[in-house]
Amino acid sequence: MDKGEYVLDNLINVSSSPHIRSGVTTRRLMLDVIIALIPASAAGIYFFGLRAALLIAVTVASCVLFEYLTRKALKRSNTIGDLSAVVTGLLLALNLPPELPLWMAIIGSFFAIVIVKQLFGGIGQNFLNPALAARAFLVISYGTRMTTWTQPSTYAAADAVSFATPLGALKEGGQLPDLIDMFIGNIGGSTGETSALALIIGGIYLLARGVITWHIPVVYIGTAGLFAWILGRDGLLTGNPLFHVLAGGLMIGAIFMATDYTTSPMTVKGMVIYAAGCGILTILFRMYTNMPEGVSYAILLMNVAVPIIDRFTKPGRFGGAANV
Amino acid sequence: MKIHNFKGGVHPPHSKNTMNCPSVSIGVREKIIIPMVQHIGAPCQALVKKGDYVKVGQVIGNTDAFVSAPIHSSVSGTVTAVEERIISGSRPVVCVEIKPDGLQAVSEDIAPPVVDSRESFIRAVRDSGLTGLGGAGFPAHVKLNPPKGVKIDTLIINAAECEPYITSDYRECLENTADIFEGINHVLKWTGIPRAIIGIEDNKPEAIKKLSEAANGFSNITVARLKSRYPQGAEKMLIKALTGREVPPGKLPHDVSCLVMNVASVAFIAGYLRTGMPLIQKRVTVDGSAVRNPGNVLVLIGTPIKDVIGSCGGYSSEPGKLIMGGPMMGVSLYSDDLPVMKYTNAILAFDSRDGSIPDEYPCIRCGRCVRACPMNLLPFEIDRLVRARMYDGLESVNITDCIECGCCVYTCPSKRLIVQSIRLGKDIVRRKAKK
Ligand code: SF4
Ligand code: SF4
Repeated sequence: MDKGEYVLDNLINVSSSPHIRSGVTTRRLMLDVIIALIPASAAGIYFFGLRAALLIAVTVASCVLFEYLTRKALKRSNTIGDLSAVVTGLLLALNLPPELPLWMAIIGSFFAIVIVKQLFGGIGQNFLNPALAARAFLVISYGTRMTTWTQPSTYAAADAVSFATPLGALKEGGQLPDLIDMFIGNIGGSTGETSALALIIGGIYLLARGVITWHIPVVYIGTAGLFAWILGRDGLLTGNPLFHVLAGGLMIGAIFMATDYTTSPMTVKGMVIYAAGCGILTILFRMYTNMPEGVSYAILLMNVAVPIIDRFTKPGRFGGAANV
Repeated sequence: MKIHNFKGGVHPPHSKNTMNCPSVSIGVREKIIIPMVQHIGAPCQALVKKGDYVKVGQVIGNTDAFVSAPIHSSVSGTVTAVEERIISGSRPVVCVEIKPDGLQAVSEDIAPPVVDSRESFIRAVRDSGLTGLGGAGFPAHVKLNPPKGVKIDTLIINAAECEPYITSDYRECLENTADIFEGINHVLKWTGIPRAIIGIEDNKPEAIKKLSEAANGFSNITVARLKSRYPQGAEKMLIKALTGREVPPGKLPHDVSCLVMNVASVAFIAGYLRTGMPLIQKRVTVDGSAVRNPGNVLVLIGTPIKDVIGSCGGYSSEPGKLIMGGPMMGVSLYSDDLPVMKYTNAILAFDSRDGSIPDEYPCIRCGRCVRACPMNLLPFEIDRLVRARMYDGLESVNITDCIECGCCVYTCPSKRLIVQSIRLGKDIVRRKAKK
C-alpha cells in the first residue's frame, strides 16, 4: 500500500503564478458561436431550401481548407483546431444570398481566410471582420449576383421573378412586408439574416454563456432604431424603427458580426462608442446612399476605427487622478 | 450592511474546502530549516554556527537594517548546518538547519516586552520577528512607523482572504477572535490611529457574525463586508473598497492615510505582548487535489513541507505541482523539502492534471484581461511588448503598476502567460533604471 509518499524528482511543474485558469478557451468560445448560429442556419435552410445547406457546407469546408493550406504554406502551426475558420465560413454563408453560385462563395472564403485573416498574421491579428470583408469584396466583384434574392419557399406570393428584400422594397417604394414575417424570417435576404427570432435565440445563448456582453448588440440595435425613427422617409421623427431593426443584416450584424472580438474594442466604454457608430452609420447608409443595405459597410468602417477608439477609451490609471 | 467592492477582478471557484477544519498542531518533526531571508528587505546574518545548541524563541538571525526583522528558532536542538541553499527564486540564501531534541526548551530571553510608548511598541514588534502574515512578508514594524508628517486615519485589518482554498485567516477569526481585538487595540493605542475597519468577504458569514459581535464592544472598530471577488484582499483593492481612496502609482497605503495589517498579524501582536514568544509558528491551510486529508494545521516555522503534507495523510496521488500560498499568487516550489516560512499561509499540492500548464494560443483580442485587470492596465499589450522585446514601450503601459494578481491569466481564453511576461518586463525596467 502506498503511504502517501512520493519521491519528487523531476515530476513537478514549476511555473509563474497564477496556477489555476478559468474553463474558457478560445476553442470553446468558437464552439459556442457555432452553436448559437444553429437556429439562424436552420431558419435559412427552412426558408430557402437545401441550396442554403449546400452553401453553408461549401463555405465552411473551404474556409477550413484555406486555413489549413495557408498555415502550411506559411510554415506556421496548424490552427484549424481553434474552430475560428468554421465560424468565419458559417458567418460568410449566412451573409450571402442563398442562390449564389458556389464558386463565388469559394472565392469569398479565400478572400476571408487567406487575404483578410492569415496574411495579417492569423487569428487575433486581422483588423477587418473576415466574413464581412469577403462579403463586401463579392458585392464589388459580382454586384448583380450578390443582390439577386430568392423568395422563401414558404412565401405565399405567386410572383417569383422579381423578388425584393424589405430594404430593396423600401428604396424602390415597393410594398413592405409584414413585420411578423420579418420577425420570423419569411422574407427575402441573405441565407442567415432574415429570421430575427432565430438570431435573437442565438444571441441569448451567447449572453448566457458569457461569450459576448450585451453592450454591442443592444447599443447597436438601439442606436439604429433611434436614428431610423429620427431620419424617417417622410421627414423628421416619422421613421419606423421596428422595420429597420428587423430588416436586412442588422440583427445578424449586431449580434454576430460587430461582436467579433478581434475587430471590436476592448473596454465597455469603447464597445458602446463603437456600437453606436455602427448603428448611426447603418441608418445613414440605408437612407442616403443608393445601397439598400448598410450593415456590412458600417461595421467594416467601425472596424477600422477600433484602434483609435481603443486608444481614447484606455482605462484611467489606478490612483492616477488625485483621489486622496 | 453595505457591501464594499472594487472594479475588475475575477471569480475563481472559492474551493474553501477546509473552512470547517479546526487548526491542529502537528508538533515537532525531525528537521527544521530556517532561511535567513523570510521577508522583504535586508537578509539576516546567521548568529549561530554548526554544533550550537539553540532553544525555542532564541534569535538565530538578525541585522541592523531597519527594513528587516529578526529570525528565531522554532525548536530546541542542535544546529546541524549553516549553508547557502536555493529556496525559491534563483539566488541561494543562507539557511540554518536544526535537529530538534524534542524537549522544546524555551530560551531564557523570553519575557513579555515592556511597552509604554510608541517607540517601545514599534521596537517590540520588530523584536517579535513579525512580518506581514498575509503572504507579502513586509516587516510589520516598518509599516507601523510611517515617515514623519504622515497622518494615518484608518487601520484596515485584512481578513478578506480572497485566494481560493486558503482558510487559515478564516480559522484565525473563529479560533482567535479575542486576540484579534486585543491586537487591534494595541495598534490603535500606540500609533494613535483613531479607528479600525476589519474587511472580510461576504462568503464567510460565520466569521462575520463572530467578529461583528465582538466589535460591538468597541466604538472605534467596525466590521465591513466585502464582495467576494478576487483580488479583494490585495492592499490597493481593499483600501479602495473600504475608503474609496486609490493609492497612487509607486506610493504606499500611508500616502492615502491608511495602514493595512493582516488579521493574523494583529492577533499575533496581542499574544506576543502577553507572553514575549516571537513568531515561530504559523497557521497553514493544506489542500489541493493531491492531498489526502486537507485541513488547517499549526506548524513550527522551518518544518519541511513534506512533513506538513505527511501530517495531512500524505499525498493521495502523484503531485504535479506544489504551491506555497494560494493558487492565484502563490509560488510554485521545486521540492517538498523546502520549509514553511513566516509568510506561508497555505500549502497546496495539485495532482498532475490540476498542476499541468495549459498550452498557449495567440491572443484573440477579446478584452477579457483588460476588463478583469483591477489596476486598469492593458495586460495583452504588455505581454505583446515584452515578447516582441519592445522594452522601451513598457513604461508607457505602466508595467510597474501591475500587482501580479493573475486575473488576466486566469480569465484569458488563449491561456497567455501574461504574468510571466510582466515579471520579466519589470525586471528589465528595473535594471534599466539602475543603469
Ligand atoms: S484575455 Fe487573452 S486573448 Fe483576450 S485580449 Fe487578453 S490576452 Fe488576448
Ligand atoms: S496585469 Fe497585473 S494587475 Fe492586471 S490583472 Fe494582470 S496580474 Fe493583475
